[in-house]
Amino acid sequence: MHRTGELYGQFQTLEQQKESATLGMKLSVQFSGAMHSVLLFSYTINRHYFFTAFGIGSNTLDITLGTVNTIVLIMSSFTMAMAVWSAQTGKKKLVPLFLILTLSLGCVFLGIKFVEYKQKFEHHLIPGRNFDITYRSSRPAPGDDPKEIALEKEEVEKALASDPDADSHAQLYFSLYFAMTGLHALHMLVGVGLIVWLIKASLRGRFTPQYNTPVEIVGLYWHFVDIVWIYLFPLLYLIDRHR
Amino acid sequence: MPEHSEHIVSPKIYLTIFLALILGTGLTTWAAFRNFGPFNIVIALAIATAKATLVVLFFMHARYGERRTRLVIVCALFWLAIMLALTLSDYQTRQPRMSRLISRAAYYAA
Repeated sequence: MHRTGELYGQFQTLEQQKESATLGMKLSVQFSGAMHSVLLFSYTINRHYFFTAFGIGSNTLDITLGTVNTIVLIMSSFTMAMAVWSAQTGKKKLVPLFLILTLSLGCVFLGIKFVEYKQKFEHHLIPGRNFDITYRSSRPAPGDDPKEIALEKEEVEKALASDPDADSHAQLYFSLYFAMTGLHALHMLVGVGLIVWLIKASLRGRFTPQYNTPVEIVGLYWHFVDIVWIYLFPLLYLIDRHR
Repeated sequence: MPEHSEHIVSPKIYLTIFLALILGTGLTTWAAFRNFGPFNIVIALAIATAKATLVVLFFMHARYGERRTRLVIVCALFWLAIMLALTLSDYQTRQPRMSRLISRAAYYAA
């Protein structure tokens, strides 16, 4: 397959060829958006019925890591946009530089996500047989802030008093948390793979002001992944913080 | 071949949008720690939508794109709205059955 930006037979102009490629990526991210929306609807309905349990589930998430991750992803979107700009203006040396920055920020995001998942695993917050919403507050680790633990304990007890099934309902929250952030992380992994491919091509100087469609459409994909996170962050981390 | 439709967005605009997005993140986190009653979720979603709109318009170049692209975006939002309205109206009209799910004990007793 040749990818040098020559005109394919089915198009009349290079411009039309590029428009078709970007339109294709825009449609494909919309399908992906629909997939995320289904999870989002499930979240909306369950959050409506089990607000207390969703609130305590959300409060167990690390707000600092969440905010840092949001900023990291926005930064990576910015560097991706700059990579597109470098390709469009013919700055051949800047293209791989911005792409490598984007890739590193994407990896930082996934690394932080891994740390968060690990914490949930250690605190018995993986939905299933060993799920226990009271686990962390009843067995504080040496590094934990006692005030924070006391607050969590009080909150969990209050929730269990008003809703005897709060433990199951918190599992619902965590099922959705892992499904939504997991689907997002999966998209990130695909994006990381695509950016590695772009870096390889850009180091060979493949992208010019005349031909930069791959950078542009991977950029569209990467920004879409950013948009998904823009919604996930307040919906998962910030449900009931003003306690 | 002149590419007159391609609009190159300047780094200055990208930087401005980037700073606006960081500001939005700070604002949404700040607002989450204050009690606005039922408006907390409204504020959070409004800020998220504003941020997403900035990303679509500037980072994804929708602002400079051809009209067909805009049509595609508007159609997508429209179908999403249909899906949302029908799904939620279904749950809305099944209120008595759904409320049984709130307590497992009550569900099995019924």
